[in-house]
Amino acid sequence: MTDISIYIIPSVIALFIAAGLVWRINVFDSFIDGAKSGIPTIISVVPTLVGLITAVEMFKASGALDMITSALLPVTNLIGLPAEAVPMALLRPISGSGSIALLNSILGTCGPDTFAGRTASVLCGASETTFYTISVYCGAVGIKKTRHILAASLISDASSAFFSALAVRIFFG
Amino acid sequence: MLNIIWAAIMLVSVICGIATGRIGDVSNAALDSGRQAVELCISLLGSICFWSGIMKIAEKSGLTAIIGKLCRPLMRLLFPGLRADSHAAGAITMNMSANLLGLGDAATPLGIEAMKGLQEINPDKSTVSSHMVTFIVMNTASIQLLPTTIAAVRAEHGAASPMDILPAVLLSSVCSLAVGLAVAALGNVSCSRRQRLKLQKQAP
Repeated sequence: MTDISIYIIPSVIALFIAAGLVWRINVFDSFIDGAKSGIPTIISVVPTLVGLITAVEMFKASGALDMITSALLPVTNLIGLPAEAVPMALLRPISGSGSIALLNSILGTCGPDTFAGRTASVLCGASETTFYTISVYCGAVGIKKTRHILAASLISDASSAFFSALAVRIFFG
Repeated sequence: MLNIIWAAIMLVSVICGIATGRIGDVSNAALDSGRQAVELCISLLGSICFWSGIMKIAEKSGLTAIIGKLCRPLMRLLFPGLRADSHAAGAITMNMSANLLGLGDAATPLGIEAMKGLQEINPDKSTVSSHMVTFIVMNTASIQLLPTTIAAVRAEHGAASPMDILPAVLLSSVCSLAVGLAVAALGNVSCSRRQRLKLQKQAP
């Protein structure tokens, strides 16, 4: 799988630039324009990340994280989720920056190319900040009765934990 | 939401640190983590700028519109009864393609447009319609073609091939999206049956 994946990034870049040339847009100006928008994005996330990474690291250092993961061990063993990736499954639906902070911490402890490191990465990439999305979209049209949206989304998130561990097993044996 | 969770994590850390005798580690974590966070941001800055630039090229060259067209058969399946030329349908396809390309900043305003369009044709303005349920569930289980931020964090930690998780990410997100949509569809069917019964009772 690794052999194909090293072609993905360069091919996508080539494809997008070629498409830009075919449609006769100024690709470099567009690139600069987009790249500029990355700076405020990352700067605006600095305070959030400082707050959240500190919280995650303190939580880990205090031993509280180990207690939660060992308490959840029966459930996570059942769905095949490695213990180190459990906090990701809990935090992912709640906070986007928080899960990046957590991913940074998990990869620092386990290493990126381990089963737990890969599962946490896949889980982080395969789901969204459920609570934020629901509140923004329903809030935008002033709806409070959300019927079964939260149930469907959270069941989908829970299944994502199972599928992420499964997918890593399939692709990395 | 995050307000309570953040406060709880901080307080539990301190209490638990005292109880387990690891308060020294907690103290070090509190003093050192800010630097870690800024270092992470700096290391992500380059790759975020780069991908925002590349995705801008995709957006301007009309690639988002092409993905939108490819999504059309899927739209008919997921949103039965929604007219393909309606404002809501257009905004939904644009939102889908922005999500696929990982353009989070572009996807949210388009999603809000879509919600407004769906609200116009919603018979009960105080409750979400079945189309809205499907649309929001799709967004909460968002599928991204290239998880670039995650790849950047992996690269930062020395992954041999940071993007090698891509097939696994796609498989996992498609499967969990299918689960979400199935639950949404089940709920939609049972809700519309209940509404029909209610209407029949009201008009004897």
